[in-house]
Amino acid sequence: MSAPAKTAKPLRQDGKGQGADLSSLALNLVGLVAGIAVWWVLTASGAVGLPPPPDVVRKFGDLIANGQLATDIMSSLARVLTGFLLGVLLAVPVGFVMGWYKVARALIEPYLQFFRMIPPLAIIPLAIVTMGIDETPKIFVIFLASFLASVVATYQGVISVDKTMINAARVLGANDLTIFLRVIVPASTPFILVGVRIGLGSAWATLVAAELIAAQTGLGYRMQQAQLYYDLATIFVSLITIGVLGLAMDRLLLAIERRLTVWQERV
Amino acid sequence: MQPKIVFKDVTRRFDLGSQSFVALDRFSLDVADGEFVTVVGPSGCGKSTALNIAAGLLAPSEGEVLVAGKAVEGPGPERGMIFQQYALFPWLTVRQNVEFGLRIKGVSAPERREKANYFINLVGLGDFADALPKTLSGGMKQRCAIARAYAVDPSVLLMDEPFGALDALTRVQLQDQLLDTWRRERRTVMFITHDVDEAVYLANRVIVMAARPGRLKEIIPVDLPYPRTEEIRLSPEFTAIRNRVWHAVYHQQGSSREEN
Ligand SMILES: Nc1ncnc2c1ncn2[C@@H]1O[C@H](COP(=O)(O)OP(=O)(O)O)[C@@H](O)[C@H]1O
Ligand SMILES: [Mg+2]
Repeated sequence: MSAPAKTAKPLRQDGKGQGADLSSLALNLVGLVAGIAVWWVLTASGAVGLPPPPDVVRKFGDLIANGQLATDIMSSLARVLTGFLLGVLLAVPVGFVMGWYKVARALIEPYLQFFRMIPPLAIIPLAIVTMGIDETPKIFVIFLASFLASVVATYQGVISVDKTMINAARVLGANDLTIFLRVIVPASTPFILVGVRIGLGSAWATLVAAELIAAQTGLGYRMQQAQLYYDLATIFVSLITIGVLGLAMDRLLLAIERRLTVWQERV
Repeated sequence: MQPKIVFKDVTRRFDLGSQSFVALDRFSLDVADGEFVTVVGPSGCGKSTALNIAAGLLAPSEGEVLVAGKAVEGPGPERGMIFQQYALFPWLTVRQNVEFGLRIKGVSAPERREKANYFINLVGLGDFADALPKTLSGGMKQRCAIARAYAVDPSVLLMDEPFGALDALTRVQLQDQLLDTWRRERRTVMFITHDVDEAVYLANRVIVMAARPGRLKEIIPVDLPYPRTEEIRLSPEFTAIRNRVWHAVYHQQGSSREEN
């Protein structure tokens, strides 16, 4: 069957693949160390007005010690996960309904296409005016971002299920419900998981930007405050934390995705 | 004895915009119980259309198909189907694929397992029962699909170019294996192919169809004994029938060959 391009992974589980993995991992590490070295040299020489690595490390220590980093991480993660889970939970059934019933597709599709063209952040002014300045508008915007990404993927997954496979199930005696549960759901899982990953990426990006605009806690808010005091080290700490957390969540989803789709033929 | 499959003046039209296109024109055919018929004809002559109507996946515009005396009104497990693209469920192992239809029927787990094992062994996939389809070759996938179709105990097997995607050697092996399975588990088989040798080698009768509109052209009996062997394949009798089928397929009236 055809899988969404994003899931095509050339890495294999055989010995050769492992060796290639190791050497590329080593190269990754070399690149990382070299990058930090360049950063260090540039900042130490005074060529650029950025904080050198030791300052940033010290700042990390301070922010961990006084608990501020943990608080920020917790409030950012709480927002992103709430909005993201709500978005995905709604997107999957809506995507299935759209893929399965032509009428539903025709009714919902114009809205989807329209809202997909609006960057979620552009909803913030409206959300703040109508929902106030507490958690609700931020969670809503994240919800919207992850919903839009996942719903399209789910629906694409359902409509691209191989018709021959559905016919094969029918001639084996399957009714519509069985076909839905035993064929459509598993066959579209790879598509859904890709959508969920894109949704999480988009939720994370939207969250941090939302916090820059309107928040009293969170990693985005911390950067915004640091900007007022010209506190570059804190900005670096926040940026690194945002990147590392985003990467960790993405890798986690990728691992889940691979686990659930081992049956897929990969090119 | 009552024929197993009866096509009664089956016509199927497809609407193409404002025009209507006749894919199958008053197709009539009786297939005896336990018979193996193969269907050959130029591409687009309505072979798959006829088979899908018998399977209940497509409704006829006119006429009807009777299987065991009952009009076909939709798909059902008494009519198994095998597709060129195998259509295995890639997330299920060979065993789970073979058990799929039994599970739907509500067959108990131990019985399911026993039946699945029997058919998996029958098609020679015993060592691969727990393998995922992605690890199988094309020939093995098709054997799995055959076991899956057999498992729900259909009285009729409808096969749409099942070996069309396989290399020549695998194809010959699967032909022998299919005949062997058919000898041990006798079913009525309607088998579409575009390979004239395959059509003659397998069949009791070869049904030749013509295109534009798709229709029955000629029925050619194959009076060769089973089991079919390499010796038969190389015999002058085989060659004579093969030539006759070839002629019927490729020298259709007005010689469509020269048109192309
Ligand atoms: N769903 C469909 N819509 C329109 N035309 C179709 C459809 N299915 C088949 N046809 C047409 O009907 C004719 C017969 O098709 P088919 O039975 O698949 O031929 P064969 O299997 O003999 O190659 C072809 O010309 C094909 O284009
Ligand atoms: Mg066909």
